[in-house]
Amino acid sequence: MSRLIRMDQTGHTTLVEWSAEDPEAVEEALAAFRAELDQGYYAVVSRGEGHAEQVRELPLDAPLVILRRPIAGG
Amino acid sequence: MSTDAGGAGSGPLPELAAVYWRRRADRRSLKRSGRLWTLSTIAHTVPFIGAAALLTALKPVTLPVALILLAHAWAIPELYAARGANVVRTLAPSSPDAERCALGLLGDMLDHRARALQARTGIVLERGGLGVWLVGQAGALLVAPGGRRVYCYCVKATGGDLPSADRTAHLLLALRADEAGFATVANLAFSGARWRLRRRLRAPAREALAAAVLTAAPARRRRWWRR
Repeated sequence: MSRLIRMDQTGHTTLVEWSAEDPEAVEEALAAFRAELDQGYYAVVSRGEGHAEQVRELPLDAPLVILRRPIAGG
Repeated sequence: MSTDAGGAGSGPLPELAAVYWRRRADRRSLKRSGRLWTLSTIAHTVPFIGAAALLTALKPVTLPVALILLAHAWAIPELYAARGANVVRTLAPSSPDAERCALGLLGDMLDHRARALQARTGIVLERGGLGVWLVGQAGALLVAPGGRRVYCYCVKATGGDLPSADRTAHLLLALRADEAGFATVANLAFSGARWRLRRRLRAPAREALAAAVLTAAPARRRRWWRR
């Protein structure tokens, strides 16, 4: 089961869970993913220790996709 | 983490578009920034020291003025170091539930050693291609290879309502996705000797700095310290 989570004021919120074999859940995940990107969030997938990948398309096989806000120099 | 500081396998940080005029950071540009910081420190302090020496030599009665000038020469680099130390300050916590939830997510991203250090200090240690990073809630320290020079970056997640661990997780994920991009987006608040910064840090951050220096130091020096 894969999860799309958003880091927010509650710690994090699970937006949707899907399995690649479930087309309905995949559609729902894709819609949620696009909606969050439109809101200005960036999606990141952890790729093992010390590595992460910025993604613009939802990787359906990733166990966890994290949505983060933009960062900026202070 | 990638050793070429390029974030291989991942595209550049989208946030780079907001700082399009900056050249992408690399080891050479970091060294150049470090040298510029040293030169600027010299330019700030030497005139005060020179004037103090000259005044005392010409008219010993002006010694109090010379002492004031020397105090300025001492204070200016200290103020810069304090500004650098400020990037790993602790921000106001969110609700306990949110903090616990965010801490769980951050903990999942870390190995055992980094998790233990984070629990004690609130700061995440991350090895990178440019050096060893200490990621806090509102910025990050980069300990250069060798462990003598530290770069202090002011950078944070936009929006002020995030729990502490989430702020750190935002920075950590961006750093892991594109280390050079992260160093480009962040604002360099200070670069200088480790000892100068250390004096301005709170005790937990000092512990994190010591761990980073140990990680960044050559193996020969690490063995000597552990004796």
